[in-house]
Amino acid sequence: MLTELRTKEFVVSVLVFALLVLVIFSFAFGARTDTTEMVAPGILWVALTFGGVLGFNRIFAVEKENSRLEGLMLCPVDRAVIYWGKLAGSFTFMLAVAIVLTPIFLALFNLPLFLPRLALIIVLATLGFAAVGTLFSALAINTRARDIMLPILFLPVVVPVIVAAVKATTSVLADKPWGDMLTWLQIMIAFDIIYLVVATLVFEFVVEE
Amino acid sequence: MHEVAPASSCAIEVRGLAKAFGERYALRGVDLKVNRGERLVVFGPNGAGKTTLVKIISTLVKPSAGHVWLDGIDIRERAAQIRRRISLVSHQTFLYDDLTVYENLRFYGRMYGVPGLEEKIREVVSWVQLEPRLHDRVGTLSHGLQQRASIARAVLHSPSMLFLDEPEVGLDPQASNVVNDVLGRLDTGSRTVVMTTHNLERGLELGDSFVILDRGKIVYQATRDEIDKEGFKQVYDRCTGTGR
Repeated sequence: MLTELRTKEFVVSVLVFALLVLVIFSFAFGARTDTTEMVAPGILWVALTFGGVLGFNRIFAVEKENSRLEGLMLCPVDRAVIYWGKLAGSFTFMLAVAIVLTPIFLALFNLPLFLPRLALIIVLATLGFAAVGTLFSALAINTRARDIMLPILFLPVVVPVIVAAVKATTSVLADKPWGDMLTWLQIMIAFDIIYLVVATLVFEFVVEE
Repeated sequence: MHEVAPASSCAIEVRGLAKAFGERYALRGVDLKVNRGERLVVFGPNGAGKTTLVKIISTLVKPSAGHVWLDGIDIRERAAQIRRRISLVSHQTFLYDDLTVYENLRFYGRMYGVPGLEEKIREVVSWVQLEPRLHDRVGTLSHGLQQRASIARAVLHSPSMLFLDEPEVGLDPQASNVVNDVLGRLDTGSRTVVMTTHNLERGLELGDSFVILDRGKIVYQATRDEIDKEGFKQVYDRCTGTGR
């Protein structure tokens, strides 16, 4: 985390990419109220998902340089500890990007700035992205075409989270009751739990030769 | 088949070790014994299997066949326990360029749960004579200084076994001599050392026993008392192709 705070490679690359997506789409669709509710949720999650891919590529790439991953693997800790450490970092930085990006998104699309339910959706979806992204970043790092491999592996797997996040966000922006988004929240919670457990169990096999 | 654990005087015992990467064998049935406090130097040409051997005994790579015991413990069964007792220095430093030497050592010290970490950091940094650069970022140091920081990292948790995989690679002769001097000065009285190197002169000077690996097999093995330097050099030259 200290390395990222110094270099800001993850945060800057994700934030710049996601901001560009938001700005381009805001110009394309404008702030018309008849289209905003329909397209805005998708734009927010496209920006965060594709921006996230850029960031997740860096998570283990930094450990490949100087064989630092070997240095970590020599430590007398369970392999899952390495996964959870990396997950904590990627989740924190993805969340930081979302915290900066969301008010800009709401302002660009002329939406109310105070939406606490949207914060819950962002936390759950970001956790799901980070759980899968961190695992696949470790998997892709040992492949030749790792920059291409990560999106190929990551995007199909996180489709349930993207769909659930878009649907739940649509419900929040339309100011519908909690019950309307409950199913989508449950899907995200289930996804997060499943992938956190699976990633913890399989991480050892992913990083060991 | 159940393998019998080795005698307790052995720090390292390797039996029938083999490692295949696809269809290519890097190691083909290696047997070794290293006593506690002994320094074993492994020579061999590029591709002989030296790095694979070191990676296997340091638990980084799983063997395809054979057994390795460190302090009588099978590394396949209790790798995490073994990692507290070992350390590896290679030509890669494992250090983070954007952190200072101190921050790198503190990070690794915490990962190993080193007691009295601040004091220990000062101690190992003085061994490698890096005190003036302790708070400099690793990326700003020369490769020779980075390698000294890497040695400090490696001995921070007081490992009883130290594995050195061509630590002088990428260094100019002067920096290489400094690193070798640092390694020579380390208190290794009770520490078992396995070192791979291409530097014959330095290797023969540092080691208590010697092995030449070629194409995954041991082709020469002798202790300091047994070694016939002419015979040794003939075998080495034949393996590296310089004697043909």
